[in-house]
Amino acid sequence: MMKKQFLLTFAVAWTSAVVLAWGIPIAVAAQQASAQQAPAQQQNAPAGNAANGRKLFVSFGCYQCHGYEAQGGAAGPRLAPRPIAYAQFMKYVRHPTAEMPPFTEKIVKDSELTDIHAFLRAQPAPPDVDKIPLLK
Amino acid sequence: MAKNGSVDRRDFLKSAAVTGAALVGGAAGVGAQATPQAPAAVAPASAPVAPRENDPSPEVDIVTTDRPGGDFMVDVLKALNLEYVAANPGSSFRGIHESIINYGNNTAPEFITCCHEESSVAMSHAYAKVEGKPMAVLVHGTVGLQHAAMAIYNAYCDRVPLIVLAGNTLDATMRRPGVEWAHSVQDAAAMVRDYIKWDDLPWSLPHFAESTVRAYKIAMTPPMMPVMIVLDGGLQEDPISEEVKPRLRIPKLTLTAPPQGDSGAVAEAARLLVNAQNPVIVADRVARTPAGMTRLVELAELLQAPVIDQGGRMNFPSQHSLNMSNGGRALLANADVVVGLELTDFWGTVDSFRDSLIRSSRPLTKPGTKLISISAGDLYMKGNYQDFQRYPEVDIAMAADSEATLPSLIEAVKRALTADRKTALEARGKRYAEQRANALDRTRADAAYAWDASPISTARLTAELYNVIRNEDWSLVSASGNTSNWERRLWKFDKHYQWIGGSGGAGVGYGAPAAVGGALANKKHGRLSVTIQGDGDFMYAPGVWWTAAHHKIPLLAVMHNNRAYHQEVMHVQRMGNRHNRGVTRAHIGTTLEDPFINYAQIVKGMGVYSEGPISNPNELGAALKRALDVVKKGEPALVDVVTQPR
Repeated sequence: MMKKQFLLTFAVAWTSAVVLAWGIPIAVAAQQASAQQAPAQQQNAPAGNAANGRKLFVSFGCYQCHGYEAQGGAAGPRLAPRPIAYAQFMKYVRHPTAEMPPFTEKIVKDSELTDIHAFLRAQPAPPDVDKIPLLK
Repeated sequence: MAKNGSVDRRDFLKSAAVTGAALVGGAAGVGAQATPQAPAAVAPASAPVAPRENDPSPEVDIVTTDRPGGDFMVDVLKALNLEYVAANPGSSFRGIHESIINYGNNTAPEFITCCHEESSVAMSHAYAKVEGKPMAVLVHGTVGLQHAAMAIYNAYCDRVPLIVLAGNTLDATMRRPGVEWAHSVQDAAAMVRDYIKWDDLPWSLPHFAESTVRAYKIAMTPPMMPVMIVLDGGLQEDPISEEVKPRLRIPKLTLTAPPQGDSGAVAEAARLLVNAQNPVIVADRVARTPAGMTRLVELAELLQAPVIDQGGRMNFPSQHSLNMSNGGRALLANADVVVGLELTDFWGTVDSFRDSLIRSSRPLTKPGTKLISISAGDLYMKGNYQDFQRYPEVDIAMAADSEATLPSLIEAVKRALTADRKTALEARGKRYAEQRANALDRTRADAAYAWDASPISTARLTAELYNVIRNEDWSLVSASGNTSNWERRLWKFDKHYQWIGGSGGAGVGYGAPAAVGGALANKKHGRLSVTIQGDGDFMYAPGVWWTAAHHKIPLLAVMHNNRAYHQEVMHVQRMGNRHNRGVTRAHIGTTLEDPFINYAQIVKGMGVYSEGPISNPNELGAALKRALDVVKKGEPALVDVVTQPR
């Protein structure tokens, strides 16, 4: 219990720098736009195995911050369906500049990252917001 | 349920006095403890005992009375207009307990039966924020207070008034052997004194009256905080003596006017704000009352300055054109003046802190940005617990209550405004209104991602919930777990009671009892209380759902059941990565699976209507409507929803 409380308190202190307001975390909001790329910039990405990438996205805990569908949330920006370019993705995972912990090659192989990137690219576009009555 | 496993000496003495039964030991040791005289005879416990003609003996306390001290204590609680007292029953306050339910007719205060002291306190915590005044909490000696401690700390951090009444038995010669000793203490308040504002141990009933009225006044003076009165068992139970009766009176309560900022500092703050090109208002626990929200809107509109609402209270309408809570970092980077109102963490507001390969920080504001702080927190600070956060290097610091200071600040701003500045400010306001409208469109578009996913997205969860409550007089009394703040981003909050802030100290387990306590306060106003309930939070003291059912407290609860302590998963992931050992075992100790917990089944067993677990988003809306129908009949209902992590 004591450790738990410590962790939670620590977590709040850590989060306060990220979640400034009672709104979307500002660091996440700032990253949201840059985390999406147009299809043309994905041309050089290796094919990868999207189905395996989905499994890896869960087993490596990416979903914890980014959601099972990579839709983004309070702790991490949206990654799909138009992820950042492959080369940029590979570089960022190894050397993140924001709050994401780095994933070294010892933890995640390049081939596994390739599959995860394929999964992100394969995610379907969201439904048209104007056709969702609850969001009008 | 009984906290005392051994023989109840005080009860035994009472029984002996009332019935005239022989003073014999029904259990070992009692007779020998009761009197220095050796028991005349010790009969088997099951044997009938013949009355002795000369009983009660002079050594036996005769405590039968029609007017115990607890009755007067109830008079004091009634004079303070305390509507409720929440408690898990405990023998150390049995005297006042009995006085509340019999002498006081269980009305104002009404006894709210709780299954854990943490629930009692957190219920009172949320009640106070909805109602603007405290209710009382009774806690059992030592162990009850230990159970209550974390929740008291939450209220302390959240600047919320609580009246904690703790049982204790001071006179060692009057304690029952065994458990009552274990539950008695020399200085009961010592355990929590670091995070309460004031305490006392009344020695007489007049002392109790004076100290309890004083405690109420202190608790209600900003910065508001919990206070504690220790109730001696003898004072509660023993007859009111003839000597004391003439001295019994309840002092008049006059609440302290909250402290306002120094007039010179207010004028300087106004000058800076009026002349700033890009002022930003950041609010955390500003609006103690609805007036605070009204005043903050007036200040923001006068300055046409954006507001970042950190959500410690319902400070600012969520869809106001100047509510720029979603764009905080960019606003601060461009700000030339930042005014922080009752901020928990001013430093953390204007600085970033990164916990990645190395821990590093940097200012979010540009050099030369003027920082103004108005906070009652500067008036009362203690050293041990570190909730006061990093030291902020501000330019103007007012040790004052923000809500009370806003009228003078508004007037000072009006005086400083020239016609030219007004024109410039209007143009600024139009820009922000346009940005705000665009931001809302983007938010709705963002919510569409993973709309049909299972587990259900937190955006879908909150949108479905809002759909069933939006035409009601709703109040979101708690939101535990992390929903990515979708409710704040999508819902239209424009009434003070629609949000009451969080736990304060981030002590998990606040959410469920706070929801029930907030709903208790909303009940008489006929409001629809709603909560988004985190699963981890739920499991701390789930007995509070029985309290909701037992007292027929209407509350629509929606489980954000993401089956893990995701914040902690992230931390373990972070360590695993940092130490090059990977994240594949980060679920150990951080997840709630194998087996999954069926929350609907748990609360059903406590008399609460429930549905779920629901994983199909298309089934959620109908389930919520059915649950709402139950709540409208005056009962709690819970819908368990399996959700995305955030």
